[in-house]
Amino acid sequence: MKTARLAEWMDRHSGPIFVLPAVLLILAFSIFPLVISAWLALSQFRLGIGGYEIRFVGLLNFKKLLTGSQQFHFLGTFAEIPLLGWLIVALVFGTLAVAAGRYVTLGRVSVIGVVGRLISFTLIGALAVLFATTLGGQIGSLSTTLFYVIVGVTLQFLVGTGLAFLCAQNIRGRSFFRLVFFVPLMVTPVGTAYTFRMLADTTVGPFAPIWGWLGLGNFAWAADPWTARLVIVLGDSWQWIPFIFIVMLAAFESQPRDQVEAAQVDGASTFQIFRDITWPSVAPVAATVVLIRVIEAFKIVDLPNVLTNGGPGIATESLTLHAFIEWRALNLGGSAAIAYLLLFVATVLCVSFVNMIVVPMRRSRQ
Amino acid sequence: MRIFEPKAVGTMAPATKLVVYGILGLWTLIVLFPLYWVLITSFKLPIHVFDGPNYLPFIDFLPSLHAWRYIFFDLGRDTFRPYGNSLIVAATSTALAVTAGALAAYALSRIEFRPRLLSIGVFLLVMSAAIVAVALSGADWRIAAASGVALFVLAARATRRLPSPQLGNAEILFWMISQRILPPVVTVVPIYVMLQQAGLLDTRTALVLTYTTVNLPIVVWLMYDFFISIPRELEESAAIDGASRFRIFREIVLPLAKPGLVATALLVFILAWNEYLLALFLSTVKAQTIPLLVAAQNATRGPQWWYMSVLITIMILPVIALTILLQRFIAKGLLLGALKG
Repeated sequence: MKTARLAEWMDRHSGPIFVLPAVLLILAFSIFPLVISAWLALSQFRLGIGGYEIRFVGLLNFKKLLTGSQQFHFLGTFAEIPLLGWLIVALVFGTLAVAAGRYVTLGRVSVIGVVGRLISFTLIGALAVLFATTLGGQIGSLSTTLFYVIVGVTLQFLVGTGLAFLCAQNIRGRSFFRLVFFVPLMVTPVGTAYTFRMLADTTVGPFAPIWGWLGLGNFAWAADPWTARLVIVLGDSWQWIPFIFIVMLAAFESQPRDQVEAAQVDGASTFQIFRDITWPSVAPVAATVVLIRVIEAFKIVDLPNVLTNGGPGIATESLTLHAFIEWRALNLGGSAAIAYLLLFVATVLCVSFVNMIVVPMRRSRQ
Repeated sequence: MRIFEPKAVGTMAPATKLVVYGILGLWTLIVLFPLYWVLITSFKLPIHVFDGPNYLPFIDFLPSLHAWRYIFFDLGRDTFRPYGNSLIVAATSTALAVTAGALAAYALSRIEFRPRLLSIGVFLLVMSAAIVAVALSGADWRIAAASGVALFVLAARATRRLPSPQLGNAEILFWMISQRILPPVVTVVPIYVMLQQAGLLDTRTALVLTYTTVNLPIVVWLMYDFFISIPRELEESAAIDGASRFRIFREIVLPLAKPGLVATALLVFILAWNEYLLALFLSTVKAQTIPLLVAAQNATRGPQWWYMSVLITIMILPVIALTILLQRFIAKGLLLGALKG
């Protein structure tokens, strides 16, 4: 009798029961730590006799990172803007101006939309300026992370989509390529990092003869900031191109064939077909897959930690690695402050991406 | 014979075909060569690694099993314990994440939720007060949590009649998925302290719980789109026949969602199996996982490439086997969500 009543009660409240495990887990291991972390970011942690002491210091940790003693580490060292810096700034501001113009002329202006865009545009503009002004000096962990995200995801998206497009053609051995191309995703990032360290060795690595032939036998890529960053981006790309590949392949394969065939009969070129039929139908998936990759790319830590140990100097340190190093030095407050700034930048950029690219793309398809 | 023009509509010209196969072949090389290098390095003696590049076993160098012997026999238990830890942690957390995530995703796709903003505000207030109480006065966290929950229930009952804006399923879904944006490094220090308080540091339980939470948003994201795409007629007729929601979920929805579940589980398993940062913070010896053991081969004497290669090899093998086994699900399962958009 009792079990029947319990079952009935459970059925009536099935909604909350279904959702509760997930909500409890997120509360306990995401929201709750997030609140504590906020408090940690505002305090100073000190080891004392017989324990530790946590003292409230307000925004001191953030101040150190943005304008104080840690500025060179987080933001970088400022210098005169090189030509490339001007180009980047011009490009970013031009894009922002176009986006703002289109938003206003499209006539769907709302208060939330304007405020949201003000926040996004300000942050994106500020990041571009920061990147440009530190490019001549030394870029900090914030700009390094952005470099990994932007260059890495762009490379991964282009190569992954290209391979998926080729594999979606009517060719033999498709299932073989599909399986092989998926493999790097399964290698642990730590393993990928060590593998790339072996491969990139200029004296005993497999490409040593090529390095020697190019006269670069003694070239230490790990000692030059930009080549070190590039090797990390390459390792990250090797690892994650499979993810974009497999999702885009499914997108290409699921598009309706009859339109493509009709266009082929009409004599349209492959490029025309891709531009006018294929791309519009896969664009929403492309936006989603880029979003997923961007979200994950902000958390990059394994590769720089293992491949270069953040070096030379701090050149390859991502924000997560920076926070980890501060934690290891028992600077818990500073570590939490870095983590919070990472969360802020990642959230604003991801939400902007969703609102300004993913959502309009889906809307235009419907 | 004209090599730049296709023989028929819908086929490729021979020259195009050559280029396509050339690119695909090149990429196959790029994918497989690093793995080949890892595999042969695992059979090299240190001297073979250091005396310049040696490419072919038996020709450039004589393969040796010394590294394999070291990992499996000399290290023995110190290899199998992390390996077992990784297996248990990855499998358990995957099962938990898929279960909790699929349940939540299903409920969000079928049942309308209307949480009141006021109750959420009250909850956040009570929780922050409890945290401050624990942090400042050193109160026992269990007592603080219990009194916090009691306070919240009382407050929620008291404010039930008050008007408040309500949230919908879309907001709950966004809230859950947005947890993935959260970099683990933000929450890992408090989690470390929490687990230390609960005496769970360096246990598999600790890793299982954190991995489950970290991967939960992915499951909710992928499975929500999957459940939305499943037609509801069957469920509705079963409900009219008096089946409970749990039975409908178990006997009708789950079998239909199998491809999505399998593919999601595979992705989550790979992520948990390879996870590094959380394990680095939360485990030391007892709960050490395989990625940490790989990183540990970077000893003071310099990286022990040969041992590392063995470990990387035995780490990849089970995942490749699993993927080949589940291959037919990946294509249609994982992607339906992304495709529906």
